[in-house]
Amino acid sequence: MTAKAIADKRTLVEYLEAKARRLRWDIIKMVGLARSGHPGGSLSAADIVTTLFFHEMKHKPENKNWPDRDRFVLSKGHAAPVLYAALAESGYFPREDLWTLRKIDSHLQGHPDMRKTPGVEISTGSLGMGFSTAVGMALGLRLDGRNSRVYTLIGDGESQEGIIWEAAMFAAQHKLDNLVGILDYNNMQIDGLVSEIVDIQPVVAKWPAFGWHVIEINGHKVEQILDALDEARSIKGKPTMIVANTIKGKCVSFMERVVDFHGKAPTDEEVDKALAEIEALGPLG
Amino acid sequence: MSEKRATREAYGEALVELGHEYPNIVVLEADLAKSTTTIKFKKEFPERFFDCGVAEQNMMAMAAGLATTGKVCYTGSFAIFATGRAFEQVRNTISYPKLNVKICPTHAGITVGPDGASHQTVEDIALMRVIPGMMVIVPADFYEAKKAIKVAVEVEGPVFIRLGRAAVPTIFDDSYNFVPGKAVRLREGQDVSILATGIMVGAGLKSAEDLGRQGISAEVVNVSTIKPLDEETILSSVEKTGKVVVAEEHSIIGGLGSAVAELLCEKHPVPVARVGIKDQFGRSGEPAELLKHYGLTSEDISQAARQLTAY
Ligand SMILES: Cc1ncc(C[n+]2csc(CCOP(=O)(O)OP(=O)(O)O)c2C)c(N)n1
Repeated sequence: MTAKAIADKRTLVEYLEAKARRLRWDIIKMVGLARSGHPGGSLSAADIVTTLFFHEMKHKPENKNWPDRDRFVLSKGHAAPVLYAALAESGYFPREDLWTLRKIDSHLQGHPDMRKTPGVEISTGSLGMGFSTAVGMALGLRLDGRNSRVYTLIGDGESQEGIIWEAAMFAAQHKLDNLVGILDYNNMQIDGLVSEIVDIQPVVAKWPAFGWHVIEINGHKVEQILDALDEARSIKGKPTMIVANTIKGKCVSFMERVVDFHGKAPTDEEVDKALAEIEALGPLG
Repeated sequence: MSEKRATREAYGEALVELGHEYPNIVVLEADLAKSTTTIKFKKEFPERFFDCGVAEQNMMAMAAGLATTGKVCYTGSFAIFATGRAFEQVRNTISYPKLNVKICPTHAGITVGPDGASHQTVEDIALMRVIPGMMVIVPADFYEAKKAIKVAVEVEGPVFIRLGRAAVPTIFDDSYNFVPGKAVRLREGQDVSILATGIMVGAGLKSAEDLGRQGISAEVVNVSTIKPLDEETILSSVEKTGKVVVAEEHSIIGGLGSAVAELLCEKHPVPVARVGIKDQFGRSGEPAELLKHYGLTSEDISQAARQLTAY
């Protein structure tokens, strides 16, 4: 069954929620096996990434270079586990590959590598740049007259980078309405709370001030994500930024809102506990 | 050799010719279209020209994004900003994924002139040369620059082409054939090899003439591709002469002088003299005054050659 085939919204939401649980389960498992990686920001983005890959975006895993596909750019590249889980679940490569994350000779590098991993549109990891590359992609696709759309996920800590705002102005200037940014607003970075380090508030006012359409949602409510993506598609003449309020470490009790789980793998015991918690939430998609 | 033209002039001209030939060429600029001469492309192909404003980092990363959609992107700006301000974008987002972006900044070296040290580069070759897989080209004159910019479109992946602001004497003409990765022996000699790049090639040729009159037979090699280095041509010259003067409008640290020293230390150790900027910043002045001040004239090359051959 594919999400596109589901007509009724309730069933679609349930389908996507189950997929998101699958992605979260895989994130914990792969980071645990790798003994390093970034679980917190992967978990906070899981519902957004799920909705993009399993409903919103047109893409063909069996034909990854299909020119008319929509593009996804993980600008906050450290959240690679959530992207890898989505790519495996979509069929870009076998799920077993996930268990090789960060190992020597694995195609799953610590940060996304477009030359190694099928389905990765651009290499990221250095914060801020992915967002600019997404603007470049949107421009290139429009030049070719394609109706493909570009989706890019940025972090709130990442939003402290100047290049984000350089790119924001360019995208608005060129009315790139085939571009959608999604801000994973979990209010956490490495050293602590974004609001206590260098606050990005009032971010819901900043994006419109930079010429973007802005939509604020709860980034864990699939229904709200679906509606926001629909709205973004209807906006003409400007790019859209979806400010998604999220919780870092979402769905694992001892990781939620814990700064340290930004870039720390769970122990074997913690992995078992986390997987059990996720399974208890409902079936895995 | 009366004609004088800046290598940057070749940029706009080559881009226009490329634009007609290749519909997938896109030119990005960072608010310097007149200086870099990309304005010529803008006039001809406004729909494929994007001025990114004063935002070089965004320009470089966007070029990478455009390249993923099948475009060949030429990016401008001054050398200090393209290689300095946007270094990490060039490193991580263009070079690491081997994307088809050509980095052709102008105003490299000290011959920028009166703008002074903030706008001159003595380190751009070094910065680009250390990036894995980056091709580094320093054209000797307008004609070589034009050919290099055009040939770069056929090279898969990132290419850095270093262009200058000042009008300098031309050496070649329209019939010149540039081959990436190939150093070219411009003059045969027996006693010393002058390996020169960029505007120092002209100075090297003049020096070889002067040395000839003083009884020293100098060979001159134009090393316009600094990476990958044409080891074969350089070694065959050096094996014959046994002495080397390297000349470049760049710091003696990290540029052609370093590249040649690295090669020769491993494969054929011989005395090497490096004519270049001696670990200093530039300063304001007219190009000719600056070349004299920093020891980058044909006479400086000759002096280095005389010292080497005196042993
Ligand atoms: C240019 C750059 N500087 C620093 C880092 C190191 N780093 C990795 S993640 C991170 C914090 C990112 O915070 P945020 O964007 O909020 O991501 P999230 O909390 O959603 O995971 C930092 C500083 C980096 N990857 N790139």
